[in-house]
Amino acid sequence: MKNKKINGRSILAHAVLIILAFMCLFFFYILIINATRSHAQLQLGFSALPGSSLITNFLNVINDPAIPILKGIQNSLIVSGCCAAIVTYFSALTAYGIYAYNFKLKNAAFTFIMAILVMPTQVTALGFLRLITNMGMDDSLLPLIIPSVASPAVFYFMHSYMQSSLPKELIEAARIDGSGEFGTFNRIVMPIMKPAIAVQAIFTFVGSWNNYFIPALVITSKSKQTLPIMIATLRGADYMNFDMGKIYMMITIAIVPIIIIYLLLSKFIVEGVTLGGVKE
Amino acid sequence: MRSEKKIKSVSYAKWGYIFILPFFLTYAVFSVIPLVDTIRNSFFEYYYSGLKAIGPNWVGLANYAELLSADLPKYAWNTFVMWILGFVPQIVVALVLASWFTDARLKIRGKQFFKVVIYLPNLIMASAFAMLFFALFSNSGPVNNILLSMGVVGEAIRFMESTFGARTLVALMNFLMWFGNTTIMLMAAIMGINPSVFEAAELDGCTHLQKFFKITLPQIKPLLTYTLITSLIGGLQMFDVPQILTGGQGSPDRTTMTLIMYLNNHLQAKNYGMAGALSVFLFIISGILCWIVFRMNTDPDPDGSKFAAKRARKGGRAS
Amino acid sequence: MKKRVWSLVLAAVLVLGLFTGCGGSGNDNAAGSGDAEAGDGGKVLNIYVWNQEFQEKFNANYPEVGKLSNDKSVTYLKDGTEVHWIVNPNQDGVYQQKLDEALAKQASAPADEKIDIFLVEADYALKYIDPDVNVALPISQLGITAADISNQYKYTQEAVTTADGEIRALSYQATPGMLVYRRSIAKAVLGTDDPETVAAAVADWDKFYETAGQMKAAGCFMYSGRADTYRVYANNVSAPWVDGNTVVVDPSMMNWVDRSMQDTQEKINHNVPGQWIDEWNKDMGPDSKVFCFFLPAWGLDVCIAPNVKDTSAAQDWAVCPSPQGFYWGGTWLIAANGTDNAAQVKDIMLKMTADREILRSLAVNNGEMSNDQPLMEELAQSPDFGIDLLGGQNYIGVLSDAAASISLANVSPYDQGCTEEFQNTFGDYFNGKIDLEKAKANFEKAIGERYPELKSGGVRWPE
Repeated sequence: MKNKKINGRSILAHAVLIILAFMCLFFFYILIINATRSHAQLQLGFSALPGSSLITNFLNVINDPAIPILKGIQNSLIVSGCCAAIVTYFSALTAYGIYAYNFKLKNAAFTFIMAILVMPTQVTALGFLRLITNMGMDDSLLPLIIPSVASPAVFYFMHSYMQSSLPKELIEAARIDGSGEFGTFNRIVMPIMKPAIAVQAIFTFVGSWNNYFIPALVITSKSKQTLPIMIATLRGADYMNFDMGKIYMMITIAIVPIIIIYLLLSKFIVEGVTLGGVKE
Repeated sequence: MRSEKKIKSVSYAKWGYIFILPFFLTYAVFSVIPLVDTIRNSFFEYYYSGLKAIGPNWVGLANYAELLSADLPKYAWNTFVMWILGFVPQIVVALVLASWFTDARLKIRGKQFFKVVIYLPNLIMASAFAMLFFALFSNSGPVNNILLSMGVVGEAIRFMESTFGARTLVALMNFLMWFGNTTIMLMAAIMGINPSVFEAAELDGCTHLQKFFKITLPQIKPLLTYTLITSLIGGLQMFDVPQILTGGQGSPDRTTMTLIMYLNNHLQAKNYGMAGALSVFLFIISGILCWIVFRMNTDPDPDGSKFAAKRARKGGRAS
Repeated sequence: MKKRVWSLVLAAVLVLGLFTGCGGSGNDNAAGSGDAEAGDGGKVLNIYVWNQEFQEKFNANYPEVGKLSNDKSVTYLKDGTEVHWIVNPNQDGVYQQKLDEALAKQASAPADEKIDIFLVEADYALKYIDPDVNVALPISQLGITAADISNQYKYTQEAVTTADGEIRALSYQATPGMLVYRRSIAKAVLGTDDPETVAAAVADWDKFYETAGQMKAAGCFMYSGRADTYRVYANNVSAPWVDGNTVVVDPSMMNWVDRSMQDTQEKINHNVPGQWIDEWNKDMGPDSKVFCFFLPAWGLDVCIAPNVKDTSAAQDWAVCPSPQGFYWGGTWLIAANGTDNAAQVKDIMLKMTADREILRSLAVNNGEMSNDQPLMEELAQSPDFGIDLLGGQNYIGVLSDAAASISLANVSPYDQGCTEEFQNTFGDYFNGKIDLEKAKANFEKAIGERYPELKSGGVRWPE
C-alpha cells in the first residue's frame, strides 16, 4: 500500500519534471533548428529537422557590418570580464574593511550598505546619464564598469562568507609575521575567499553579459555596443527581416556561449546559488 | 611595522576607512549625485524638441501631478499583473519541486539533470530570450506553424495582439527564467531544517501533505517572505522582456507597458522633467521595499539572514 | 570530486582573468589601431544611413570606389579616403536619436569622427534642413549650382527648400507609387495579367473594391494589411500633421481608419499588422495569396525581389497605376555642417544625384526611378527597358505621370512620429481590442510622450 503511494508520487514527480524540462529546452531546440535553415526554408513553415544553412547563416551574421557582432562579443567580454574582476575584488575589500577593523563609522557604514542592498539602479538612470555626459564618459564602456566597485549585494555575500570562513586570529597571526594590511588582504584573505569570489565572479559576469537597460542608454556608437543592444536592434531593424535565418543565428550566438559555460560548470553553479547557506 | 605594538588598536582604524573608501566614493559619485540630480530635474520642465532644448523651467510639482493623474497607476498595475502572473506559478512550482528533490523517500532519476535544466533559463540573456519569443510566437512563426499543422487551431493565434496573450507571454518568460532559481534556493532552506523534526513527524504517522504544510512551510517562511520581496523588486524593474517583445510599444493598448519601459520612453525622448518625476516615484517604492529587506536582514533570526545573502543577488543581478 | 570542481572554478577564474587582461588591452588596441588606420589612410568620410540601400548603390556606381573592407562596413576610395558607413534602424526613431547625438557632438568631435553626409527621409527631412537648427549645409555653400541639378524632378528640390530660399538636400530618386500585382493571381481571377486590363480593374477605389470582391470570392486577399494603404491616404491630406503646436488629424486619415477596419473585418486584406515584418515578407513570397502591394519603384528592388529570388514567383509581377496617386519615402543626401571634407562631399552628392550615367545605371540595375526627368522620359519610351522581376515590363511609363503630380507641400518635421504612432495606436482598434475613442486617446498620449512640445496644443480630430 505504502509502496504504491510512493510510486504514484514518483510517477507524478517525473511527469511534472519532464514537462518542465521540455518547456525549458523546447524553445532552444526550435532556435537552434531554425538557425540552421535558410530564409526560404523558414518561409515554408516549421520543420523539426535541421537545415543545411548553418554555416551560411553564421557567415552572413559575422559579415554583416550593420550588426558587428564580433565587436559586440568583444565589448561584452571586456565589460563583463572587468565587472567580474572589479566587483569581486572591491566587494571583498569593502567587506574585509568592515569585518576586520574596528572604527567609529563601522556600524553606520554597514547599516548604510544594508539599506541600499536591493536599490534598483534604474531610479538614478536619469542623473547617471547626465553625470557621465558631463564627465565626457558617455558612449564609452567605462561607465558600465566603474560603478560596479559599489555592489552592495556582493559585499553582503562576501561579508557573510568572511564571518563563516575567515577567522580573525589568522589576521592577527599575519600581523605578527609582519605582513602589511594590504599584503594580508591580497595574499592571505583573497585565497581564502576564492570559493566566494568564483561564485560571485560567474554571476556578475553573466549578469553583466545580459545587462541591457543602462548600456542601451549609455552607448550610442555602433563600435561600442554590447551584445544585448545588438539583439534589441534586431527587433526594430526592418532590413534584417529579409533573412530570418540570420536573426535566429544572432540569437543563437548571443545565448549559446553562456549555455556552454553553464553546462561545463553546471554542478558548481547550481551549488553556488546556495553556497554559504549550506556552509557554517 | 616596528612601532606596531605601541599603537596597535588605534592605528588599524584608518585601514578600515581606507578599505571601504572605494566603495563609498564610487557610490557617492555614481549613485548619490545622480539621485540628487534626478530629484532636482523632476521639478523642471526640461526636454528636447528636435534638436532644440526647451527649458529648464521651474514647474514645481506639475510633473508629479501629471504622472499621477493619468499614466502612473496604469503602468504600475500592468507591471504588477505581469509580475504576479509569473510569480504565483514560480513559487508554487518551486515549492513542489523543492519538496520533491529533498524528499529522501522519493527516488528521482536524473535529479542532477533536472536541476541543471530548470536553472538554465535563468542565465539566458533576457533580451535574446524575448527576441526569440517574438520570433517564435509571431503570427506566422514556428509555434503557430506547429499548432496549425497539428490541427490544434484552425487559424493562427495572434498571441501578441491580445492583452491576455501578450501579458501571458511576458509572465511565461519570467516564470521560466526564475522558477529554477527559486527551487534551488528553497531546497537549501528545506535541507537546513533539522531532520529529526521530520523523523518525529513520521513516527507520529504524518502524511506527506501534513509534513509539507505543518513543518516545511512554517520553517522556511522567512525565506519565502524574502523571496517575495526581492522578486517584487525584480518585478518593479521589469523591462527587457516586454520592451523587446512589444518593440517598446507596450502593445496592445499599452497593457504591457511597465514602469521602467515608461521611464525608458522619457529618457529616450530626452524629457528630463518627466523622467525625473517618474524616477522619484520609483525611488520611493523601492525605498519601502529596501526597508523591508533591511529589516529582514538585520533580524536576529539566523535562517532569514543567511539565505538573504544569496537571495540578495537576484536584486543585484536584475539591475 | 570536490577537487575537480575547484580546479574547474580556478580555470574559470583564470579564463575570466584572461578576458579581463585581454579586454583591457584589447580596448586600447582597438582604439589605437582605429586611429592609426584613419591617420595613415588619409581622409575619413562618415555617412549616416538607416539601411544598406544607398551604401550598395554607392559601392556599385561611384567611380572613385576602390575596394571594400571584408565586412563591407568601410569603402576605400581610390585616393585612400575611407568611407565609414554608420547604420542605425529607422524604426521608433532610433536613427534620428543616434544622428541627433552625433550632430550635437559635431563641433567637438575629432576630424575623423565628424559626420560628413547623412541621409534623411521625407518623413523627417524638414527637421534637419531647418536653418535655425543649422546642421545641414546649403548646397550653394558646397558650390553646387541650379544648373548642375536642372534635370532633377522639381518636387525633390522644392520639398527641401527652406524659407531662406536655400536647398539643403539632394535626392537620387523620385518616389511616385504604383500598384505592384501578382500576374498568376490576375490571370486566375481576372482572366488576364495584362497591365492595361488590370489598370482598368483598379482605376479608382470603387473599381478597386469590386475587384477586391472577386479576389475574396476566389480565396485571395486584395492587399496585405492596413499599412499598405496608409501612404495613399496620408499623401492625399489637405494640411500638414502639425499646425503650430496642435496635431491636426486630416479627414483623409479617418477615412483610412474606417476603410481599413472594414477591409480587415471583411477579410479583403490579409490583416498583416505592419510593413517590413516577417508576415509582410511572407505575403510577398511565392506561396502567398495576396494580390497587390502599393509600392514606389524602390519597393521592387528592396521589398519584392529578396522575397521571391530564385522561386517560382521571381517573374510573377507586373505594375499598373494605383487607384489614387501617392508617393512613399524618398531619400535625400545632406552635407553635414562641420564636415571637414567639403570637396569630396560635393562630388559624391553631385555624382550620386545628378550624374546621368550613374542615374541610368540605378534605373537599369536597381529598378530605381532615378531623379532625372528627361532620362526617365526617354526610358519610358524605350522598348528595350524592362526588368525581369516584372516579366520584362517597362514600369517607368506607369511612374512618370505620377512623378509629375507629386507634391510634398503637406509634410511636417513630425511626420515619422505621427505616422508610427497613428498606425500603432489604431492597430489595437483594427484588432478589435479597443474602441475608436480609446484609440484616439492613445494617439494623443503617445504624441505627447514623443513630442512633449506638442502636448499643450493637443490633437484636433475632424468633425
